[in-house]
Amino acid sequence: MLLNDKKIKELELTANKIRQTIIEMLVEAGAGHSAGPLGMADVFTALYFHTLKHDPKNPTWAERDRLILSNGHICPVRYAAMHYAGYDITDAELKTFRKINSRLEGHPSYKKMPALETSSGPLGEGLSQACGFALASRFDGTVNQYHIWCLTSDGEHEEGMTWEAVLLAAKYKLSNMTVIIDYNNIQIDGNVSDVMPLESIRAKYEAFNWHVLEMNGHDMQDIISTLEEAKSIQDRPTFIIAHTTPGKGVDFMENNYKWHGVPPNKEQAIEAMRQLKLIEQTLKAKP
Amino acid sequence: MDYHLFPTYLDEKTLKSSPIREGAGLALAELGDEKKDVVLIGADTIESCRAHYFADKFPERTIECGVAEQNMIGIAAGLSYQGKVPFAVTYAAFLIGRGWEPIRTTIAYPERHVVFISSHAGLATGSDGPTHQMTEDIALTRCLPGFTVIAPADMEQAKKAVRAAYDLKGPVYIRCAREATPVFTTPATPFEVGKAQVLREGKDVTVVAHGYMVYTLLQIAEELRGQISVEVINMHTIKPLDGVTILESAKKTGKVFVAEDHNIIGGLGSAVAECLSENKPVKLFRHGVYDQFAESGSAKDLWAKYKLDREGIKALLLRFCLG
Repeated sequence: MLLNDKKIKELELTANKIRQTIIEMLVEAGAGHSAGPLGMADVFTALYFHTLKHDPKNPTWAERDRLILSNGHICPVRYAAMHYAGYDITDAELKTFRKINSRLEGHPSYKKMPALETSSGPLGEGLSQACGFALASRFDGTVNQYHIWCLTSDGEHEEGMTWEAVLLAAKYKLSNMTVIIDYNNIQIDGNVSDVMPLESIRAKYEAFNWHVLEMNGHDMQDIISTLEEAKSIQDRPTFIIAHTTPGKGVDFMENNYKWHGVPPNKEQAIEAMRQLKLIEQTLKAKP
Repeated sequence: MDYHLFPTYLDEKTLKSSPIREGAGLALAELGDEKKDVVLIGADTIESCRAHYFADKFPERTIECGVAEQNMIGIAAGLSYQGKVPFAVTYAAFLIGRGWEPIRTTIAYPERHVVFISSHAGLATGSDGPTHQMTEDIALTRCLPGFTVIAPADMEQAKKAVRAAYDLKGPVYIRCAREATPVFTTPATPFEVGKAQVLREGKDVTVVAHGYMVYTLLQIAEELRGQISVEVINMHTIKPLDGVTILESAKKTGKVFVAEDHNIIGGLGSAVAECLSENKPVKLFRHGVYDQFAESGSAKDLWAKYKLDREGIKALLLRFCLG
């Protein structure tokens, strides 16, 4: 699907707002992950503001698409996206992230917020659960009613459990399931390509009988077209390699693995917000 | 209370011998008839866990994960979110041991209703050796918030445990042994999760057990008749623990002896110790596997060597009571 420039601009501005909110949440919390959430803001925007079949006012709607976040530590981007999409998360609640009595746990808690679909944090466990969702839809005859999206990180492809699920999804041809990898090439101890090289991730998934697509995780048109294409694949599960820049939009965070698991301090947050607002102005000035 | 035990249950020769896992498997197949939301997930041990009765009958509701226990756990979680009641089966060491952290995160934390049925718990596993003789599974499950932990005393009780587990909320672990053991309860024997059964009343000592060892203790109590009056409690539910029944009995006898085919650390013995020491400290003996790995051998030979058989337990109980 080709979007017009106005729609693209609108989505890009939303992604920018989400990034600003992520910075505000992290600096308020004084803890959390910076690089991943910023890097995935465009993909989350495309999902929540275009592709997902969902109803923010009725988050348990039976026919909704299921969005399963496997790498739970990037949850600030999900909380922020849900906030702007109209879910029951207020501005004030966003500021409670990681604080006592908050629903916005440091890693997602299903019990506190069923709209999150699952709990996650320990890596490599989302894909198995997504397979469970997809298998249930086969039992129920609802395969064509909704799509199951599972967001994963590159680092968690080092977990054996991920590959157990990759095998099973192909065995059962779970075609209403799409897995997106946030291929930003960073993890806590360094670059993924140094810590544990994944290449060729494309060839690996193809060898496991998945349909594989690639996209620029910061090109809104490319993201949306690729997500649409994934939904059209009927005979096997689809794997999308999202090429992303960790820390996207904040120059001193971009592509630096040291920003995986830390928040900005007050000064860094001010600078990050300045840069993001500059991007916002540039976007607004676009025709 | 009349527990409707087999009329001649003290005469072992008159009892049928059957593995506890067999009862779980048979009941699951029956349950599948009535409850269409029951789904079976296995990890290459479906027949060995006696879940093939279900799998043969309901292939469309059976998921074979292959040798991938952690994946099986995650899939169970996913199915439960979609309104299914998944029964995940494999050997205790792989199910609870290998699966533990995914169980903690994907099942226990979000309070999913998933039923785990093991086979091959304890030294009763036999010649497969210590890698397969799971003696830490009760410790690992009872420390997880919200878990119900059940170790049925025989094949007949395992059937009831499976049915009861379907009606519970949250995660449930049903611990089953591989070896055939005497079936001393009957279809008429009541079963209520969390309600211990005082199968034999006595006044000198309370013995508490779970699983097949309950029968061994009933035999010992009969052998000691006239010498020591033994009260036998079938603690088929280890969590939630029926502390009231333990305390009432302990008040009467003043001595509690726990026997189990599990490490003495973290199992029923620990649970009973916690209950007594906080409420009514009495003389306590925890018998089981003494914080060690055993070895290959037939179940019978292992029971004898590790003092989990009738003679071994009786000697320890006598020493505890008289020594």
